[in-house]
Amino acid sequence: MQSKRVVNRRQFMKYLGFGATSAALMAACAAPAAPGATGGAQAPAQEAPAQGASGENQLEIFSWWTSGGEVEALNALYAIYSEKYPDVEIINAALAGGAGQGGNMKALLETRMQGGQPPDSFQVHLGRELIDSHVIPGRMEPLDFLYEEEGLYDVFPQDLIEIASYDGHPWSVPVNIHRSNVLWYRTDKLEAVGAEPPTTWDEFFEVAEMLKAAGIPALAVAENEPNFSGHVFETVLVAVMDPETYRGLFNGSTSWESEQVTQALEILNRAYDYANPDYLSTSWGDINDRYVADDGPAMMIMGDWTHGVLKSKGFTTYHWAPSPGTQGKFIVLSDSFGLPKNAPHRENAINWLRVCGSREGQDAFNPPKGSIPARTDADLSVYDEYQLEAMEDFKTNILVPSIQHGAAAKQSFVLDYAIALNVLATTRDVAAAQAQLIQAAEDAGFGA
Amino acid sequence: MAHKSIPATGERGVAASPITQKRRRSWLRSDMFIAVLVLTPSIIAVALFIYGFIGWTFYMSTVKWNSQVPDFTFVGLANWERLFSDRRFHIDLRNLVYYAAGFMTQCIVFGFIIAALLDQKIKGEAIYRTIIIFPFAVSGIVTGVAWRWLMQPSTGINLLFAKIGLENFQPTWNSHPQYGMWAVSIAAAWQFTGYVMALYLAGLRGIPNELREAAAIDGAGTFATYRHVIIPLLMPVTFTAIVLTGMNSIRVFDLVSAMSGSGPAFATDTLAFYMFQSTFGAYRYSLGAAIGSFMIFLSAFLIVPYLMSMRGEVER
Repeated sequence: MQSKRVVNRRQFMKYLGFGATSAALMAACAAPAAPGATGGAQAPAQEAPAQGASGENQLEIFSWWTSGGEVEALNALYAIYSEKYPDVEIINAALAGGAGQGGNMKALLETRMQGGQPPDSFQVHLGRELIDSHVIPGRMEPLDFLYEEEGLYDVFPQDLIEIASYDGHPWSVPVNIHRSNVLWYRTDKLEAVGAEPPTTWDEFFEVAEMLKAAGIPALAVAENEPNFSGHVFETVLVAVMDPETYRGLFNGSTSWESEQVTQALEILNRAYDYANPDYLSTSWGDINDRYVADDGPAMMIMGDWTHGVLKSKGFTTYHWAPSPGTQGKFIVLSDSFGLPKNAPHRENAINWLRVCGSREGQDAFNPPKGSIPARTDADLSVYDEYQLEAMEDFKTNILVPSIQHGAAAKQSFVLDYAIALNVLATTRDVAAAQAQLIQAAEDAGFGA
Repeated sequence: MAHKSIPATGERGVAASPITQKRRRSWLRSDMFIAVLVLTPSIIAVALFIYGFIGWTFYMSTVKWNSQVPDFTFVGLANWERLFSDRRFHIDLRNLVYYAAGFMTQCIVFGFIIAALLDQKIKGEAIYRTIIIFPFAVSGIVTGVAWRWLMQPSTGINLLFAKIGLENFQPTWNSHPQYGMWAVSIAAAWQFTGYVMALYLAGLRGIPNELREAAAIDGAGTFATYRHVIIPLLMPVTFTAIVLTGMNSIRVFDLVSAMSGSGPAFATDTLAFYMFQSTFGAYRYSLGAAIGSFMIFLSAFLIVPYLMSMRGEVER
């Protein structure tokens, strides 16, 4: 009797032990499996020490600028700020991109914003990315006062202020402008087949045929993961639509079911036939190396940061033109900084925004970044040949917002959009891709 | 393997204390009381931070919070319906099957073979052991980046194949739209095989020599000894390895994220990556929570049989 009880208790201990084992195992499996809830709650707490010192005179700036010219550009802004406000300690909370446009940084920023512990200011794409992600949830302060004090209404183009605005207020200060619809063509390759840079998609396919006959891929594509085709496709959309119709895609007045969307998808789908044959294995990060290689593709449709990248590689046999069919149109994307509600050092943050919007700040930031200033009164002597041309176009062209880079539509749509085009690049099924885009537009609330 | 030591300590604790009539009556001083006392903090922590948040995640999956504006309107299983009819989710399940099959097979087969070879009392065994287990110490991100380079079709391993005359054998590895996940499983197995090898090696060391000798006396050759004596005796180890590699398959994220993200047409997409993108890319919190909950249920299918079998062993 007694011995039996002993066994029972021993057994119980074992059960308890195994209970702990299973708990540990469950913990091991559950911890990474549940960031949906826990990650959101824990990350801000983890960041808390940085906030703990909020009594001090600091300025914390979030960005995804961590490489080469970006860092140089950001430091140029910091230098101006430190000169004007020497007592403020700048905390550079830059976090490398990762999955897509600043993915990691955005994920961390989101947990901080949700946890009510915003940084003093943060980098964000001008337009819907800021508006849908942070303005509509009520986390930002409108910047009318700053625009008036600094005279920004007069120096930014009207089209740009419209992109920055929601509910009649501007919500962030653009620090730079990038152009998305640029065709970068290799002069040596086009000369080799005796072709001129194409100005329409029909011309593009003619040139592409000539290149194909010479064994040269015409178009650089990097679709190992979504995004690259998303970038190319927005330039095709702008090529087949007038600006008003294009803008209408994001407010319900133009349907994603329209014939023009089909036409654009067919153009892109056809272009894949002339892409570098390993485009499904090439990632966005590798594409520039492929482009400069001797057997690389002859043309690439990419934003104007490409100029800085190619320059830094010491590559010179290329030139640029608006992407096919987009002459007189400027697809704009812009990095900007905003003012979160409850910024721990509000005064410092407002001064930071003043620096970002100033002529001095923009002229220091943009040359190393390879972008152009959002202000139209820049000091022309500090910019290079490409940038001067882009600045002229920026002043005279019709500005339309970029989809892939967060200006035209909210982030969830951009993700669905890029994925739909990634599937198109793989399966080459235009109808299915359009169905997915229609679904994405409905989901985002602008299905017509 | 910290969790292995917990039951061992508990056992020793009981064995070391002689049970007397007196002790049993004053339960305050009993082992059980002490055990409960010692375990209570961790039980509370686990209940709150693990099960509490699992519950919260499940609750989140039943509300309408699919934008950045929190919205706790109850929608029942709408997010689950959306998930189950989602093409990406179906591909993720296919990928899970591919990955789990490739990864578990490679880890267990190679892990066992290497362990069996190392068990032959060879010279410099410690060095080999260290080398083989070393990839396990490398982070998944590093493994992912290195293997992304290796599997780049025009500059990676394929160059090597071309050099040795295999110009026609140029697989696209992890960017194959259908079977990309198999390639990822190779990278994952490279990392995890050493660990499984260590499990098996420990198991092999635990098999008494008498058993092998007895088998030899009965006329069993090397193969037959492994087939009928050693492999059956190592079943608990195999079972543990299946559970560990299975769990790893369900939650793999870092490796995939570094290698190719979701890949062309979701070729290398996983549930965890989908969840991350839904939650932090598209701010579809409720959908993300549904994916997370689904992963928990999937894990439970592995864990519950494991715990049941453990229970069976304890009772035996």
